[in-house]
Amino acid sequence: MNDIEIVLSSGVRLAAPLAFAALGEYVAERAGCLNISVEAMMLGAAFASVAAASATGSATLGLAAGVAAGALIALVHGTLSHRARVNPFVVGLALNTLVLGLTSYLIASSDFASHQVTQVSVPVLRDLPVLGPPLAVERWPVYLLLGLVPLTWWLVSRSRWGLELRSVGENPEAADVTGIHVNRRRRQAMLWCGVMAGLGGAHLAVGEVGSFSQNMTAGRGYIVIAAVIFGAWRLGRTLLGCALFGLADALRLALPALGVTLNSQLLAAAPYLLALVAMLVFVASSRQPRALGQPFERGSS
Amino acid sequence: MNVTGLRGGSVPALAGVLLLSALIVQATGHSPDSALEAVFRGALADGPALTSTLLATAPLLLVAVGSCLAARAGVFTIGQEGQVLIGCFTGAWFALRLAIDGPLLLVVTLLGAAAGGALWAGLSALMHRWRGVNIVVSTLLMVFVAQQVVAFSVGQAWFLQQSKGDKAVVAPQSNQLPLPARLPSFGEYPSLVVNLGLVLALALTVVSAVVLARTRWGFRLTLTGLSPAAARHSGVRVTRVTSLALVVSGAFSGLAGALMLASPIGTYRLQPGMSAGVGWDGLLVALVARGNPWTCVPVALGFGALRAGGSFLSATGVPFFLVDVIKALVVLALVVRQP
Repeated sequence: MNDIEIVLSSGVRLAAPLAFAALGEYVAERAGCLNISVEAMMLGAAFASVAAASATGSATLGLAAGVAAGALIALVHGTLSHRARVNPFVVGLALNTLVLGLTSYLIASSDFASHQVTQVSVPVLRDLPVLGPPLAVERWPVYLLLGLVPLTWWLVSRSRWGLELRSVGENPEAADVTGIHVNRRRRQAMLWCGVMAGLGGAHLAVGEVGSFSQNMTAGRGYIVIAAVIFGAWRLGRTLLGCALFGLADALRLALPALGVTLNSQLLAAAPYLLALVAMLVFVASSRQPRALGQPFERGSS
Repeated sequence: MNVTGLRGGSVPALAGVLLLSALIVQATGHSPDSALEAVFRGALADGPALTSTLLATAPLLLVAVGSCLAARAGVFTIGQEGQVLIGCFTGAWFALRLAIDGPLLLVVTLLGAAAGGALWAGLSALMHRWRGVNIVVSTLLMVFVAQQVVAFSVGQAWFLQQSKGDKAVVAPQSNQLPLPARLPSFGEYPSLVVNLGLVLALALTVVSAVVLARTRWGFRLTLTGLSPAAARHSGVRVTRVTSLALVVSGAFSGLAGALMLASPIGTYRLQPGMSAGVGWDGLLVALVARGNPWTCVPVALGFGALRAGGSFLSATGVPFFLVDVIKALVVLALVVRQP
């Protein structure tokens, strides 16, 4: 592989976990939940997947366990923030702290065997110039994205459930009047977010890396939030954001080897700076779901 | 009004957290008894232990009280960690680059750190005012930018990197602060030392509580937080009040950074990652204290004791990270219980 292929293929690998989780955060935010616990969902799933893979000897079962862990964290989040009416940011923050502490604690006192899902090489695709190697030789969960992206798009943009979901994110009072159970829809969106972020975290662990290390998501959950903002709450642009952030990360890692000196701190800060700039540019045109981050309580307004 | 902000239900909740943590320790094959004893020995048992607890408490308290001020105005900010780091950064810059001698250098260092934190929070306030950018998100994103700013500054020889001695390799950290820029300590009791930072933090806590309860600005702040519409109708300039609350909370966090930089916990130098989660923990303290500055004092002491005691955990084989688990459980237990 030449240099461009190496950077591109590591870019795809770094972007894939972000893309999974972004599919979830996108749905959650469209429902009005600014979910800052993506990080917890990804990290918890990464740990659970490696633990389960080590216990069962199957990386695929590990992937499933990761999804379950993400869903569990989402259930806890949904219950606390939409049933017990705790401020969602407080819940998210506490969950991030809890999962970081718990997984760091558990990994320090356990020893897992390494397992990794198999690599797939797509016959025709791999012969393409430049784009071939990066896209054709991947761990198989990456190809799940091919189904999950259109599914997410259809769910949010074309299904009745999605229409209700968006109305909950834009105007919960009106949705409530028309008989939609606002907080139930939000819990469902959160659950979808948990499943997707779980898939992202598990893919990172048993897909790309093959093992768990302390704080291995290292802020990827926050980058996912940045990607949704960067994407101005649209699916296509959100995924583009993930690709961009993955590529920036790949460049940061590859540049020293390529003999180029570009400031690595600047590249590390790039996703966050890009998201801030995107917010400055886009938010005023109010594409942001209007009720984003506002808890809904019947009769409160 | 309940002065402490904590209710009777807190005691069983905390007992539950303790029990759950003991179960986790037991389940991973360690002894809960010796873990508890280690935390106690590290946090409270004797003079040095108390000293390290108090050292850890001061910055936590400052961050927490600042967060209370913002929360009172209805501004929810989660960027304290970044503001603490920027406080460390600007504080270090002032302390290392200004040709001032004597106690004035300490004053300038502290003020510089507070200004840095205020500026960092102020950027979020500006973005909110100009373009309606969500404050929660912008303050969060700025944390990660702040981390890179510090990492950059201590990686550049012309900026804040430690100046070269005989060795060719220079660690990514700044020089040590000159003596006049360090916080002095009082009362050389048998090894119990009280750092000036704690005195400062307590004084600012009292000032903040009094300002909130007794002054016109405090009233405006509370009114804005309770009902922005009502505040607007009674002639309060809501955006100005909320922006100022955010900036002041940033200044508190920045000052907390200086308390770490200029005290033994920071080894008197700027290092990447030196904020060590104090911003997040301080925010958690404010949440547990439900925005009440007085309540922040005991809660910050508790969190400070956990921080100090946690470093003794490893000796018993129990990973240090148990402390983070306990902190998060405490927050969930205390926040969820309240209607």
